[in-house]
Amino acid sequence: MSTTVRPMPTRAPTRDPAWLGRLFWIGALLAVLWPLGVATEFKPWILLEPRNLQVTGTFLATFWPLNTSGEFLWLVARETWRTIAMATAGVTLALVVAIPLTLLSTSVLSVSALSGRMDRLPALVRQLVRWTLIVLRSIPELVWALVFVRVVGLGPTAGVLAIALTYGGMLGKVYGEILESGETHPTHTLLRNGAGRLQAFFYGLLPNNAAELTSYTVYRWECAIRSSVVLGFVGAGGLGQQLDNSMKMFNGGEVALMLLVFMALVALADKVSSWLRRSLG
Amino acid sequence: MNGPKPRAANQPYRLPPPLWHARCKACWFTTGLLVLVVASFWSLDLQWAQFLSLEAARSMGRFVAEFFPPDLSPEFLAKVGLGAWETLAMSALGTGLAAALGLALALPASRLHAADRAWGRAPTRWLLNALRSIPELVWAALLLISAGLGPFAGTLALALHTSGVLGRLFAEAIENAPPGPGDALRVQGVGPLRVFLYATLPQVLPQLLSYTLYRWENNIRAAAVLGVVGAGGLGQLLSFHMGLFQMGKTATILGAMLLMVAVVDAGSHLARRWLTR
Repeated sequence: MSTTVRPMPTRAPTRDPAWLGRLFWIGALLAVLWPLGVATEFKPWILLEPRNLQVTGTFLATFWPLNTSGEFLWLVARETWRTIAMATAGVTLALVVAIPLTLLSTSVLSVSALSGRMDRLPALVRQLVRWTLIVLRSIPELVWALVFVRVVGLGPTAGVLAIALTYGGMLGKVYGEILESGETHPTHTLLRNGAGRLQAFFYGLLPNNAAELTSYTVYRWECAIRSSVVLGFVGAGGLGQQLDNSMKMFNGGEVALMLLVFMALVALADKVSSWLRRSLG
Repeated sequence: MNGPKPRAANQPYRLPPPLWHARCKACWFTTGLLVLVVASFWSLDLQWAQFLSLEAARSMGRFVAEFFPPDLSPEFLAKVGLGAWETLAMSALGTGLAAALGLALALPASRLHAADRAWGRAPTRWLLNALRSIPELVWAALLLISAGLGPFAGTLALALHTSGVLGRLFAEAIENAPPGPGDALRVQGVGPLRVFLYATLPQVLPQLLSYTLYRWENNIRAAAVLGVVGAGGLGQLLSFHMGLFQMGKTATILGAMLLMVAVVDAGSHLARRWLTR
């Protein structure tokens, strides 16, 4: 401990004592932002150019009144249902992909790992399955959709397949993590006492983790609704494709109505999903 | 005698309601789910026959075969590298703008102290929800009209969507911050701005930073595909070369995308392990 005693300051400092550091960090931030701004052609004044302002203004002016003709409303309702159906079908197929792969990859269900290390072959298989899952989920669903649109043509099939593959990867990976992070004692007890792997899964692992697995699935379904709108932009049908068409025709009334419907849809999915997750506990 | 009924020492054991009873929520929920799934598949006229046919398999095979060999000429690789840098810059700048805008919106969206009337809370939260519920890609398509083709529209789109997400998370962090330090300053007559800067912000800053970093990670992935509608980065290169059926170049771009996502994933995994060690 130092022996010199500094005299008590008589009054509070009037200047910010940390000003030097703050100044440095602001300078450093600007130095980093500059190349980023150059790379992204960040020129906000473009928005305020008279020509662009005029285009934006006329487009925004057509937002009101909303296009509420019966025919268009019916079209929007049909496309909204298609969006929901695409998300639901996609998540269902994703489960078909994810569940077997999870069962294959989870190390909790390994019999050889009960006594020390897992054997060479099962460890290799598990690692391969995990890599498959990682590859599936790291290709964005939009890219899958672009590829499938080429193969099966425009339409919801491409969207459903794209969601199924990407979400299959995501679900499989997270299911594996959930199963491995939970309580494994009952499962191991069952396995040690001669239960088969499937029996151990259904009577030990699944009841332990059911709530968490379900709530993650519901959350992913909510995400799938959002991404099925996006997939419409590359021709997979649904609300997104309709939105794209209306936007290309500068039909503001239709765009505004669809944006509102879309916000309502997302809010609804949000509500349903949070209600479900709460009731699952 | 009024007041709450005394609880029994042992709660009576309640059997689950019988099947198809009105109270059997699980039964009705499962039925509803099944109906939803069946209706989805039934109404979508999915072309399985076409997808699973020999013809589709052959065209898929041809399609994949066209990817090889990928175009690895130095000038094209340089172009892809530039695209990747553009994507990275879009995501970084978009997230930075979103953090600033999100913080600016989070302040009116949160009740800063118990006596705060917070008039703006409900409307600001509505605005945040609206920003959040429109995906980046839709924002980008909308912004192309006023910002023109190129990465600027993509950056703004990322910023708008992310500021909705971050604003809500920030508002919750600010509302959940311990009120003690702020109250101590407030009873001394310190103004709201300085209370926020010297009491609330230092407490929530680590949380805000970690939310921002998490969103940045997401945004790198989003920015890679944002260009499909013409908003710059790797996605724009992808849709351009795919539209011209230059499959070798497309393969290179897809490879670059995968590599980028993998690097980001690995980086965030390592960073998280290092931070939580």
